[in-house]
Amino acid sequence: MDGPGRDPSTFPPYLYEAYRATVRRSPKQPLIPLPQTLSEITGPGPAMSAALHQTVQGAVSAEDTDLTTNMGTGTEAMGERIIVTGRVLDEHGAPLVGTLVEIWQTNAAGRYRHRVDQHHAPLDPNFLGYGRCLTDTSGVYRFVTIRPGAYPWQNHPNAWRPAHIHFSLFGPSWVSRLVTQMYFPGDPLQPLDPIFNSVPTDAARVRLVAQYAHDVTQEGYALGFRFDIVLRGPRATPFEPFEAAQRATR
Amino acid sequence: MSGRALTPPQTVGPFFHIMLREPMNALATPQTAGTRIRIEGVVYDGDRAVVPDAMIEIWQANAAGRYRHPADLRPAPLDPAFVGFGRCGTDERGFYSFDTIKPGPVPFDAQRVQAPHISMLVFARGLLDHLRTRAYFDDERANADDPVLHLVPQQRRPTLLAKHRPDVGRVVYRFDIVLQGDGETVFFDL
Repeated sequence: MDGPGRDPSTFPPYLYEAYRATVRRSPKQPLIPLPQTLSEITGPGPAMSAALHQTVQGAVSAEDTDLTTNMGTGTEAMGERIIVTGRVLDEHGAPLVGTLVEIWQTNAAGRYRHRVDQHHAPLDPNFLGYGRCLTDTSGVYRFVTIRPGAYPWQNHPNAWRPAHIHFSLFGPSWVSRLVTQMYFPGDPLQPLDPIFNSVPTDAARVRLVAQYAHDVTQEGYALGFRFDIVLRGPRATPFEPFEAAQRATR
Repeated sequence: MSGRALTPPQTVGPFFHIMLREPMNALATPQTAGTRIRIEGVVYDGDRAVVPDAMIEIWQANAAGRYRHPADLRPAPLDPAFVGFGRCGTDERGFYSFDTIKPGPVPFDAQRVQAPHISMLVFARGLLDHLRTRAYFDDERANADDPVLHLVPQQRRPTLLAKHRPDVGRVVYRFDIVLQGDGETVFFDL
């Protein structure tokens, strides 16, 4: 049942000094391995998805998946229209169906609709910067949005975040919860970004970069990008004691 | 076993409030069964400065010890008025709170039971992956036999105990989260 879940070739260390905010916020004590009990192999994902399904009456509305219009002003957001789509899979490659995917991002000028964002780039009155959807029966999500901008931050002199979209997924269990960022191919800011570089290997960093996908690109309308997401599942054989526990309580 | 390499996590950053569309820290409605509790606390960094931009998520069983999840197949009853998930951003004082009910005990394995607890995740700018912890209740006798608490060195166990505050007139448990340094909260690797 035990075993470290944070593979050091994939997971960033909590302390990564080049990203200054980690210095005072990363734990110094070793993490304690936790068996995957009923508390960990369950999670809010299925209930969250069911609630959203009810809200949108069985179909994900454009309101949630089209960030170019979901500010609701009747005017389209400014910027380069893009389609971001991909599959959400478990570690065995099985599609995760009906999984909630939430995204948030800057506008085309690199500004978040957020009181803390002091970057003096213009706000776009027609851009909210938030979207959500449920994966379909093949585990596919799809958003229409605009390409987010790069923006400066205070981490080090002349620091700029590469363009990125924040992703939040619950997946089927507490173990599968993931918050991450999707980057764009060919962005020269990536090698300079300590948040991106905190991921310890090239092979793992590549998995945060979307691929340009001409088959997704919609003629005369928007460029397509593909970004697949793989979530952790319960370990291969954690169920035996748990099933025994179920039998015992029946 | 595994065919697919995992997507690495990245920090939630300081702008996650764009995603926090509606308050999600009231888990109990008037119809929910169980003892109403508030669990609240402050998140601190390694300088004992408050963390005003953390996001806390919680997941818990209902009062009967049943999780609203397809993997929990036990006969304990589901509560139609309870899901068990909450999410709260800390305020400028680093403070978070959840209004919920005290969860029931849940199984650990065939022989052993886990003491009532609330699973917690901590997200923040400066956390490249979320942190995983648990809040137990300091006035709960079952803690003495909890298999997970027994995995934690004894001197660090108090960091996992939410402290009952009888002075405030309702059932409030205080659970501060110290990311680093003296009194550092126990965080788990799953």
